[in-house]
Amino acid sequence: MQASADGALALELHAVSKKYPGVLALDRVDFDLRAGEVHALFGENGAGKSTLISVISGVIHPSSGRIELGGSEVSFDSVRDARDLGISAVFQEFSLVPLMTVAQNLVLGDEPGRAGFIDHRAARLRALELLDEIGFKLDPDRRVGELGRSERQMVEIAKALRGQVRILILDEPTASLTERETEQLFTLVDKLKRQGVAIIYITHRVAELQRIADRVTVLRDGRKIGTVSARDTTIDRLVEMMVGRPVNEVYPKIESRAGEPVLELQGISSMAGVHDAWFNVRAGEVVGVAGLVGCGKSELMRAAYGLDRISAGIVRWCGAPVSRPKVRDMLRRGFYYLPPDRREEGLIPVLPSGDNMALGQLHNIQFRGWLGSFDPRKRRDVVRTQAPRIQLAERNLGKPVALLSGGNQQKVLFGRGLVGATKLFVFDEPTVGVDVGTRAALYQVIKELCEAGAAVVVVSSDLPEVLHLSHRVYVMRQGRIVAELQGGDISEANVLAHFFEPDEKAA
Amino acid sequence: MKSSIDAASNTAPRRSPWQAVLAPLDFLFEKLGVLPFLMIAALIIFSRLSDNFLSEQNLLNLLRQSVYLILVALGQMLALISGGFDLSVGTALAITSVVGAQTMVQLGADGSALGVVAVIAGGCLAGLGAVALLGCVNGIGVAYLGVSPFIMTMATQSIGFGVALYLTGGVPVSGLPMQFSDWLGFASWLGIPVPLWVTIVVLGLFHVLLSRTRFGQNLYAVGGNARAAALSGIDTRRVLFITYMICALIVGVAGLLLTARLESGETNIGGTMALESIAACVIGGVSLRGGMGRLHNVVFGCLFIGLVQNGLNLAGVGSYLQMIVLGGLLVVAVVSDQFWLRRYYRIG
Repeated sequence: MQASADGALALELHAVSKKYPGVLALDRVDFDLRAGEVHALFGENGAGKSTLISVISGVIHPSSGRIELGGSEVSFDSVRDARDLGISAVFQEFSLVPLMTVAQNLVLGDEPGRAGFIDHRAARLRALELLDEIGFKLDPDRRVGELGRSERQMVEIAKALRGQVRILILDEPTASLTERETEQLFTLVDKLKRQGVAIIYITHRVAELQRIADRVTVLRDGRKIGTVSARDTTIDRLVEMMVGRPVNEVYPKIESRAGEPVLELQGISSMAGVHDAWFNVRAGEVVGVAGLVGCGKSELMRAAYGLDRISAGIVRWCGAPVSRPKVRDMLRRGFYYLPPDRREEGLIPVLPSGDNMALGQLHNIQFRGWLGSFDPRKRRDVVRTQAPRIQLAERNLGKPVALLSGGNQQKVLFGRGLVGATKLFVFDEPTVGVDVGTRAALYQVIKELCEAGAAVVVVSSDLPEVLHLSHRVYVMRQGRIVAELQGGDISEANVLAHFFEPDEKAA
Repeated sequence: MKSSIDAASNTAPRRSPWQAVLAPLDFLFEKLGVLPFLMIAALIIFSRLSDNFLSEQNLLNLLRQSVYLILVALGQMLALISGGFDLSVGTALAITSVVGAQTMVQLGADGSALGVVAVIAGGCLAGLGAVALLGCVNGIGVAYLGVSPFIMTMATQSIGFGVALYLTGGVPVSGLPMQFSDWLGFASWLGIPVPLWVTIVVLGLFHVLLSRTRFGQNLYAVGGNARAAALSGIDTRRVLFITYMICALIVGVAGLLLTARLESGETNIGGTMALESIAACVIGGVSLRGGMGRLHNVVFGCLFIGLVQNGLNLAGVGSYLQMIVLGGLLVVAVVSDQFWLRRYYRIG
C-alpha cells in the first residue's frame, strides 16, 4: 500500500445513524478514510465522535447505514470482528490488567505457545520487539499497575498496534501525556502513516490538528458539519464549525485584586513525593501550577487538602496553622478540591447531577429543613439556583450524571464548589476531555469566582490554560517548586525552561 | 405557522406497529424495571392455577407472611446500596430468636419476681443486643478492616450459626411467655396484625432515614463511588459501619416477630433468608453495584416473592421445586439489572 495523503480508500461510511432511546447520537453521517492519512474527528462533547468510532471499531452496531472496508460492504458484531479486519482502537478507558507486566499485557489474548501452554520467553521477546518497533521506552517487566497514566497510555497504544493493523483509532491519546510524550506519539503517528496505516484521531486540542492531521471532519449534534483539509483551514474556522458560532476569545481577561493569603504552604513535604514546597494563594487571584506529569503538582494540592499525609512543614489557612489537614475539616473551612479524574474520584455515576452537585455539602445550613433534618427539596432549590452559573441546563439536574456528556459532567463538578461557602477553589486539570465551548464557559466561571474575591488555584498539564488564566505561576519539577513567575514573566518559554533539569536541557 | 406544523407532521416517519407497542414498554421498563412485568405474569398464571389465589383472605395472608421478608430485605437493601451485601441475615434471625427466647425463659423461671412485661422486654433487648454485636462485627470487618462484604458476612454467618447451635444444642427453645406470642405474633389492632403495624412503622422510619437524613444520602454516594464520596469529605467508613449495624438491628426485629409467631426460639428460621432478601431487593431494582435502590420497589419485590411462594403452594408445588423457581428468579433479576444499567445508565 502506498503512503500518501490521497491513498486508496480504506474505509467508507454511508449515512450511518445510531439511535438511542430519545437520542439520535449519529444522524446520517458520511465519512471516508484513506490509507496513509490522519483523519481527525473534531467536535464538542456529545457531538457524536465517540459514537462514530464505536461504530467503526465494532463496539456498537449502527441503527442504519452502510460501512465499506476496502470497497466491500462489511458488518461487524464485535470488537474482535473489527480487529480481524485490521481495525484497532485505543479508547480513553484503559483496558489493561494492572497486576500483569507490560509484556504480559502486550501479548494478552494472543500469547505464543504450544498446546495451551504459554511460552513466556517468546512472549517477552515479542513484546520487546513491539516496543522497539514503535520506539517507546518502557520496561517490559514492570507491572502495569505501577505505571503512571501516560505510560499506561503508551502500553495501550502498543497493544493496539500488534498484528496487522490497517486502521488505527486514537481517542484523545494526548489527554494524559506531557509535551515530550506527545511529541513521541506524533513521531509514531508519522511513522505509521508512512507504512500506509489509516488513522482516525480524536482530539480537543486545536493546536494538535494542524500538527498532525491531514483532514478534519467536524461533527455537531450527531451530524457531520463538514470535512476540510487541515492545511487549508484555520483554528478559528474549525472552532466556528464546531460550535456553530464565531468564537473570538476562549480565555477571558481576569482582573486581580489580590488580598489576604488564604492558603500558605511553608516547607511542605508529603509521603506522595512533595519536597519542601513553599506556596501561597491569596483571595482574589488565580495561581497556576505547571509541570510535567508526575512532577508533584497534583500531589502538592492533595497534601494541603488532606488526601496525602504531610511529613514536614506547616499548612496555614487564612493565617492560622492547621496541624494535620483532614479532607472533612478543610472542606468545611471552605477548601474545594476538584479532582483530575472525574469518573474515578469526582462523580457518583448513578446519582442525579443535582445530588452530585451537593455531594459532601449536606452539613450545610441551607439544606436544613424541619427540625434541622436534611431537606431534599432545599437541595433541589439550591442546586437549581446555582445551575445557571455553570451554564448547566435545568433538565440535566435530575438525570443520572453518568448520562451527561463529559463537558456537562465537569460543569457539575464545578457546581459542587459553588454550593458551599468556598474560599479557595483548587481546579486540578479543570478541562481534561472538555470541548472548546465548555472550556470557555468554565473559564468564565473561574473569572467570576476570582473577581468575586475567591482564591483560585489552577493545576494543569495544559500549558496555554495555565499561561492565560494565571496571575502567578509556580513551576514544579521532581516534587519541588523550582520557580515562581509573575505578570510579564509568565510566558511559554520561561515556564518550559523550568520543566526540565538544567543539565538535561543542555544535553 | 399552522401550515408548517402540518408539513412537519406529514413528513414525520411512520412508526411500525411493533415500535408503537414497544416504545411505551421500553419507557415503563426504564422507569420501573422488570418487576411490574413479572408481577403481572405471576398474577395471571396463579389466578388461573388456583381459584383461591385472588381471595381477600389469601391476599391478607400473603401480606402477613411477607412482613418478615420485608423487614429483612430492608436491612439487606442498605447493605446492597452501600455496595456490599449481608449473607449473615439468616444467622442474625437465629441469634435474635435463640438469645431472646433463652433470656425470656431464664427471666420468667419459677420464683422470678419480674412481671411478664419486664420478662418480654428483657428478652427482646437481649435478642437485639446479641444481633447488634453481630452487626458490629460485620461493620468493623467491612468498614474498618476492609474485608470484602462477601467474605466477612459469610464468615459471621457461620460463626453466628455456630453460636446459636452451641447455645441451644440444636433444640428449639420453648416455654416462652404466652403473652409474647399473643401480642407480637397473633394480635391485631384495627383489623391489622401487629407484625404488619411494626413493618409499617419501620417503613416510615426507613423512608425518613433514606431520603431525609445525611446518613441516607451519603449511603447512596458511598455505594455509587466510595472514592468520590471520600474526596468530598464523607466519612465512608462510618457510613458503612452504621449500614451493617442498622441492617443487623432491623433483621433482629424480624427475628423477634418470627419467634413470637413460632412460639419458640429456633436456630433454623433463617435458612433461605439471605437468598430471598437479596432476590427481593434485586427484583425490586436495587443494583448489585451499589448506589441504587428505592424503598417501595423493595417492598414490591418482597410481595412478589411472597406471591410466587403462595401461588406455588396453592397450586400444590412442593418446596423443593420452589427453591428451583426462586433461584431462577434471582438469575432473571440480576440479568435484568445488568441490562437496565447498561441501557439506561450506560454503565457496565
